[in-house]
Amino acid sequence: QGRIHQIEYAMEAVKQGSATVGLKSKSHAILVALKRASSELAAHQKKIIPIDDHIGVSIAGLTADARLLSNFMRSECLNSRYAYDSPLPVSRLVSAVGNKSQIPTQRYGRRPFGVGLLVAGYDDQGPHIYQTCPSANYYDCKAMAIGARSQSARTYVEKHLDKFLECSLDELIKHGLRALRETLPQEVELTTKNCSLGIVGKDMEFTIYDDDDVQKYLAMIEGEERSRAAPPADQAAMDTQEGEGQQPADPQPADPAVEEQGMEH
Amino acid sequence: MEATFGSTEFWRNGPQPGALYKFPGHVNTTQASQIGAAKRTLAPTVTGTSVLGLCFDGGVIIAADMLGSYGALARYRNLSRVMKVNDSAAIGISGDYADYQFMKSVIEQRVIDEECLNDGFQYTPKSLFSWMTRVLYNRRSNFNPLWNTFIVGGVQDGEPFLGYIDKIGVAYNDPTIASGYGAYIAAPLLRDAFEANPKMSLAEAEKKIDECMKVLYYRDARSLNKYEVAIVTKDGTMIKSPIVSETNWEVAHMIKGYE
Repeated sequence: QGRIHQIEYAMEAVKQGSATVGLKSKSHAILVALKRASSELAAHQKKIIPIDDHIGVSIAGLTADARLLSNFMRSECLNSRYAYDSPLPVSRLVSAVGNKSQIPTQRYGRRPFGVGLLVAGYDDQGPHIYQTCPSANYYDCKAMAIGARSQSARTYVEKHLDKFLECSLDELIKHGLRALRETLPQEVELTTKNCSLGIVGKDMEFTIYDDDDVQKYLAMIEGEERSRAAPPADQAAMDTQEGEGQQPADPQPADPAVEEQGMEH
Repeated sequence: MEATFGSTEFWRNGPQPGALYKFPGHVNTTQASQIGAAKRTLAPTVTGTSVLGLCFDGGVIIAADMLGSYGALARYRNLSRVMKVNDSAAIGISGDYADYQFMKSVIEQRVIDEECLNDGFQYTPKSLFSWMTRVLYNRRSNFNPLWNTFIVGGVQDGEPFLGYIDKIGVAYNDPTIASGYGAYIAAPLLRDAFEANPKMSLAEAEKKIDECMKVLYYRDARSLNKYEVAIVTKDGTMIKSPIVSETNWEVAHMIKGYE
């Protein structure tokens, strides 16, 4: 049917990773990510990776593949700075990633990279959000969310899209956190442990906020009503089943959501 | 080496009468004849002399005469030694003309490739300057220099930029730049003019350049009284060609001692 299944499988890996959202205003581009811990004992997996002073990425999917791609991106950025004494335009970096990702989709014995990236960057043309796929496609986005249950985040972002351009940075972050919150199952909240924030802008180098640094922003959206409020106690038991496979579509409000465990984060 | 140390026959491989004895531990040296055709530029063939660069209010001027010297012979008298790169950058070249032609084709191809990308980014004077520095320094480090001095100029973020890159990878930027004999003769003139009036107009700058090119024609024995000028402003790059200065040789008869 003209489908390359290996690529579709790789894109599945991205959909299984935990959610991450990217949005931009006139002056800044931000990434918010939900960090997942593989067990109670493990630390929450880092989702946002700095690439250069003006670019950062957040990942969804196979962390190992993400590491490879981000190393490559760092190398490209550094080489460009060394040769041309100026930051690499984000569009050029993303197309370099696309070209690199295409090779294993066509070469014998190789497999596509099982990771999707949200690239946030700032260059002479302003702030950018790009999405990259294992299929080697890349998309210039006004805002985007990828990962598990990201459709809810995309819906939120689409609803509020017109506000983003003129937003202040704090407002933009609040929107990002709210969008991320949409992807959470009931009873799970954004905490300083599971939430990560990355910001880049006109006079701001790419900065990552983790743990306590996020608290300030979480406080801004505390107490706000969620569209998917926690159900009464008798339903709570259904939420904690793990390892039983995931519902293919995003669950409707009040349906229990099941967390997927594994190497994807 | 094994043979000399391990064996007990010390009388083998001794010096031959009339031949150059290869002492133990000698390094093989290859002579030019063994290499074959020269693979590296050891001396320039057709050369260009000085290039001048001057910043004015809102842009830069780069000037170079149109002579290609074949040693002491003024052989090619209509060579262009300034080149437009794009709407924000231009370069002027002194030194070996063939190496310039090579660099020119490389730069032109890169500009084309960038146009094909069509993504709104183009080489800025500083990025061009930085890239060329890397290339020239790399070549010198491999003992295979491009025997040139490049003057890179343009407008970046509204500010004029002028840079100098040597065949040995020396690179710097300054509001006034001169290569070759220009560094000795014209640079002081350009510096005085710039320090007196950093925001001079295009007309004043052109006048100053003409004055310097005139002095160079009087004093540099490998120069020509016909030159070109590349002017870069926020409105783009243009090349004015040819310009001939008015010279005055009235005092010539007073100079004695060089007959």
